[in-house]
Amino acid sequence: MEDPIEQFEVKPIWELKVGGVDLSFTNSSLFMVVAVVTALVFLYFATRKRSVIPGTSQSFAETLYNFVDGILMENVGPEGKKYFPFVFSVFLFVALGNIIGCIPYTFTYTSHASVVGGIAVFSLLMNIVLGIKKKGMGWLRTFLPHGTPVIAAPIIVPIEIISFLSKPFSLTVRLVANMMVGHIMLKVIAGFVVSLKAFGFVPLAFICILVLFEAGIAFLQAYIFTVLTCIYLNEAIHEH
Amino acid sequence: MDAEIYKSIAQVGKYIGVGMCALSMLGAALGVARIWVAIIETIGRNPSVKSDVSIYGWVGFAVTEAIALYAMVLALLTLFN
Repeated sequence: MEDPIEQFEVKPIWELKVGGVDLSFTNSSLFMVVAVVTALVFLYFATRKRSVIPGTSQSFAETLYNFVDGILMENVGPEGKKYFPFVFSVFLFVALGNIIGCIPYTFTYTSHASVVGGIAVFSLLMNIVLGIKKKGMGWLRTFLPHGTPVIAAPIIVPIEIISFLSKPFSLTVRLVANMMVGHIMLKVIAGFVVSLKAFGFVPLAFICILVLFEAGIAFLQAYIFTVLTCIYLNEAIHEH
Repeated sequence: MDAEIYKSIAQVGKYIGVGMCALSMLGAALGVARIWVAIIETIGRNPSVKSDVSIYGWVGFAVTEAIALYAMVLALLTLFN
């Protein structure tokens, strides 16, 4: 590895070009498959024996379920149950992506704006479609909050539209920048371990603490992504 | 020769811009400090609300920290593009 940025390069493993579009199976796709297969295999084997008193893995799966269910109940209310599969998938995808990146020599697919931006833009489109379905054309009233005088509308409405469109952008940049900064810092300090020949154990100890911190930030950022997705969903479905 | 001088002037400009981005993270640092001070005071006055308030502490921390990271994204964009 020459410089810290090289770890974020997407390298194809199996080339596949279909008429000018590059559909190769890259290292990013590989770790996405690893994350999805891990989640599926774990949840399947953890909930096979549906015992009333759960063992360890079933208890862990139930904790995950209750965790995301609690987020939905708190932010969306009882109607949030319909959106549980989507929110659970987003949470597991982002959390596993972040945590797998803490293992050395892996690729963090959530550090790419294309992946995270795809999820964020999809949830934005979902909010728009759900808002129009529930409120009809009255959904446009979200751009002029309840109680503001109509005279202020030419100023308030563009600002509200810009703030509405910047939500997926800020979601994406928050997650991507957190993941990128953590990994770049790890690589830079790893460079110090080599260049301080005899005293290299000091940066090494720091790296050990940093990896733990990275894992904490990974889980926290996944939680923040999920909570904010639920909050925007709540704004779309319910009246202000 | 002139092109070299112009390029190095542009490079100096880039570095000054990146330095300003780093300075602007002061605001985010103050914001995060305020959140933790508020959490500590709240839990100090009323220890029974600790489980209710901790979540807001973490969410507030991450959202405020994100602003500093936006400045970092701008700095990386100017440096490497």
